[in-house]
Amino acid sequence: MKIAPSLKQLLFRWKSDGTGPLRLGQRRIFIVPSRGGLLFALALVVMLLGAINYNLALGHALVFLLAGLGIVGMIHTFRNLFGLTITPGRCEPVFAGEIAFFPLSLDNDRTAPRLALELAADAAFPVGAAVDSLGKARVRVPLPAPRRGWLALPRVRLTTRYPLGLFTAWSYLQPEMQCLVYPKPIDAPLPLAGSSDWGGDRHGDGGQEDFSGFRERQPADSPRHVAWKASARHAGEAPLLIKTFAGGTQSKLVFEWQHTAPELSDEVRLGILTGWILAAEAAGNAYGLRLPHLSLPPERGSRHCQRCLEALALFPS
Amino acid sequence: MSTRAEEALDRQATPWLFACAIATALPHAAHQAYWLSAASLLLLGWAVGLWWKNERLPGRWPLILLVIAGCGGILIEFRTLFGRDAGVAMLVLFMAMKLLELKSRRDAMVVIVLGYFLLLTHYLYSQSIPTGIWLLLALWLLTATLIRLHGGASSTRSMSLRYAARLCLQAVPFMLVLYLLFPRISGPLWGLPSDAHAGMTGLSDTMSPGSISRLAQSADIAFRARFVDTLPARHKLYWRGPVLENFDGTTWRPHIGQGTPAALDKLSPPVRYELTLEPHNQRWILALDAPVHLPEGLLLNATLAATQRQPATERQRFQLAASLDYRFNVAEDSRTLQRNLSTPRESNPKARALALGWRQTSGGPKEIIRKAQDLFAAEFTYTLQPPLLGQNGIDEFLFTTRRGFCEHYAGAFVFLMRAAGIPARVVTGYQGGEFNPLDSHLVIRQSDAHAWAEVWLDDQGWLRVDPTASVSPARIETGIVDALAFDEPLPALVQLRTDWLRNLRYRWEAVNNAWNQHILGYDPQRQRELLSRLGLPETDWRSLATLLGIACSLLVAAMTAWTLYQRPRLDPALRLWQKALRQLARRQVHCAPWETPMALAQRVREQHPALGEPFQNVVDAYLRVRYDDANDNLTPLREAIARLRR
Repeated sequence: MKIAPSLKQLLFRWKSDGTGPLRLGQRRIFIVPSRGGLLFALALVVMLLGAINYNLALGHALVFLLAGLGIVGMIHTFRNLFGLTITPGRCEPVFAGEIAFFPLSLDNDRTAPRLALELAADAAFPVGAAVDSLGKARVRVPLPAPRRGWLALPRVRLTTRYPLGLFTAWSYLQPEMQCLVYPKPIDAPLPLAGSSDWGGDRHGDGGQEDFSGFRERQPADSPRHVAWKASARHAGEAPLLIKTFAGGTQSKLVFEWQHTAPELSDEVRLGILTGWILAAEAAGNAYGLRLPHLSLPPERGSRHCQRCLEALALFPS
Repeated sequence: MSTRAEEALDRQATPWLFACAIATALPHAAHQAYWLSAASLLLLGWAVGLWWKNERLPGRWPLILLVIAGCGGILIEFRTLFGRDAGVAMLVLFMAMKLLELKSRRDAMVVIVLGYFLLLTHYLYSQSIPTGIWLLLALWLLTATLIRLHGGASSTRSMSLRYAARLCLQAVPFMLVLYLLFPRISGPLWGLPSDAHAGMTGLSDTMSPGSISRLAQSADIAFRARFVDTLPARHKLYWRGPVLENFDGTTWRPHIGQGTPAALDKLSPPVRYELTLEPHNQRWILALDAPVHLPEGLLLNATLAATQRQPATERQRFQLAASLDYRFNVAEDSRTLQRNLSTPRESNPKARALALGWRQTSGGPKEIIRKAQDLFAAEFTYTLQPPLLGQNGIDEFLFTTRRGFCEHYAGAFVFLMRAAGIPARVVTGYQGGEFNPLDSHLVIRQSDAHAWAEVWLDDQGWLRVDPTASVSPARIETGIVDALAFDEPLPALVQLRTDWLRNLRYRWEAVNNAWNQHILGYDPQRQRELLSRLGLPETDWRSLATLLGIACSLLVAAMTAWTLYQRPRLDPALRLWQKALRQLARRQVHCAPWETPMALAQRVREQHPALGEPFQNVVDAYLRVRYDDANDNLTPLREAIARLRR
């Protein structure tokens, strides 16, 4: 069974096409009759038999013209792909569980437009494209991103049946593209400001004035933040409560790996950290991130946010 | 974005499919039962209405009920679901019903393929030039619909139509190759349904008053003849069909059964000609009197009529020869003579008495024949609209109405001869024909249908006597148009008396004839002739298939090569720029794909200071041409590149 992959490799060129533009040559375009084409062929055979049986001269001519049309259609379907240039673009990071889009630029240097192209990295998510005469089209190939980390674009199938739909021509593209997938954010309350010991800038202890109320405990909350007294009032019938503090916009936060409950799995802890970073970024806070293997000092802005998320996405598991 | 949605039919494509259904099914309305056309039209109207109001299509059960109802109707109408007419009716109904089921692109494909199939069925009824043109247009529409269907909304109407025309034109070479080289098989592969050849006109094998005058009102072409040498005189052009010997008082019928073979003495050299017979679903082939040297497959029966084994259900060509002067069956079988003397007892007493009177007063058969001819010449009228005749039709005709068409004259004449003791019989066929000077074919129409008589005389055999010639000599000398009065119901096409109209008709018929001879008449025989003219005698289907394969592969290879080696059209400025880059590459400076011209110029200045200045000029000129809209002048760029070379 070892032969199958290498045969496939040989037949379908399962190897990377690099990051540069690639032009579809005849050796990487495959073509077979489609279902509609088989129906058409069957109809032609029946029609030919009818024409012979009834000795219809024009019937012969019609059948032969249609057969010619089928062959011409095949060449034109092939032509719809042949010579198309595909240039990979840069893809935007997404969160795990979302759909990543890999942008490809399709260039047509022919005067005839190329219509009804279909690209699919995942057979369930095809995307259509059409390129004008001597034009350029950008197409974003969707691919579900289930896990954090680098998501490499698998082999993309570029299919067309245009113009007559009697043949399916396809080609496999394997541009070297990857998309960064951030961990899936988990909504969790921000950790107590000041629970970090970053640079001695501690103002958490005096945070009593900022106390803003209670809320129900989430699994991600550290037991240290539980408001035991308030919780006791409900005599254990209600969930534990957590003290919340109104963080000022100027407050500096540092999200630490240790802030998340150690009994949770790494992925959940990363998700919680992601959620915190997004919340802090949305609130306009400066925040830092400290992971076991790297730390980022508190800062503000989307670049910093991306850096933090990237660190989380690439967290060694 | 899922596959199912992609396959769904877009709303704007549906009218294309309606148009396809109409274009392919409409011409069938001309010969179909009215209820079928009405039902199909209703279904179409329903589908269009649903589409217009954007409503849901009917579910499965209404459609199944419709199919059952349609099949039931066809079963009642045709008594079968198979056969030519029933099959076509089914296809038309299915086409209309499929329009109520247009949900996905696959349904649309079924409509298109059904449409292509329906195109073929039209040829069962007509293969004329107009049919061919109509179907070519329908084919174009179907193909454009396929393109529109698969191109999606970005494929506009004019684009689809233009692309379809291009594809069809490119398919023509394949069609020609296949048409010429595909091994032709003649004859049916299996039994044809009984209605396969319904609706053909032509002579029937019986004659009663009115049968030929009815036929003569049709302008349809019965057959064409092309004479190898000279066209014989018109009054000698008697094309023999069935010979009728049995008379029951109103109807003449042929004698069934074998007679002695015809014995023919040729008295003039044979005239050779080619006869192209239109299908008439009978076995006789209407050869010119008297046929000699019949080709293989044709038989000459005892009455000198040329026949073939199978009814003529399609257009056929025969190479024939005729001896215009002949003596036929001088030694006739006595039973045949006896048969040709019998008349129904007690019928037509006045005519019988007249004939007996002639027999007693005249010296011989020749004189009796003369007397009969004189009778007709005196006070009879030649007309397509004779009065109806009663029980003793010949008496009534001879003594009261005195108006008739050739079957009246031939029938009455033969009756008189038999009553006078001269063996006589009726011969039906065609007389004359119209010479088309454009393609040198003699065209014989149904309006040239004729009936005449044959009498048997001692030492002379069967002798042709045409009583119509006595009534209306013009009928024989110039044709039916001149023989009849203006108000006779002859078809307008035949009556054209204006020169330019007649010329137009000649032209149209010459084109039709060429179409029939060269396009429709391409059969296994012609295929062999063509191939041997191409230097390939003795071809069998294997060598044909090989030849076909080679020709088709060559065509595919040519088209593919044209596709593969079509160079992209570069912008002239870009081409010049690439030329400059090649100059640089020769000096080991390679432009990276991401490098802008400016960045490249910077690098060149650093790597090759000597080249910096000239290359900067090239870059400036290039950028001016590319980005300055007002400047399309390529000369500065060309000059800068030329300086770079130095």
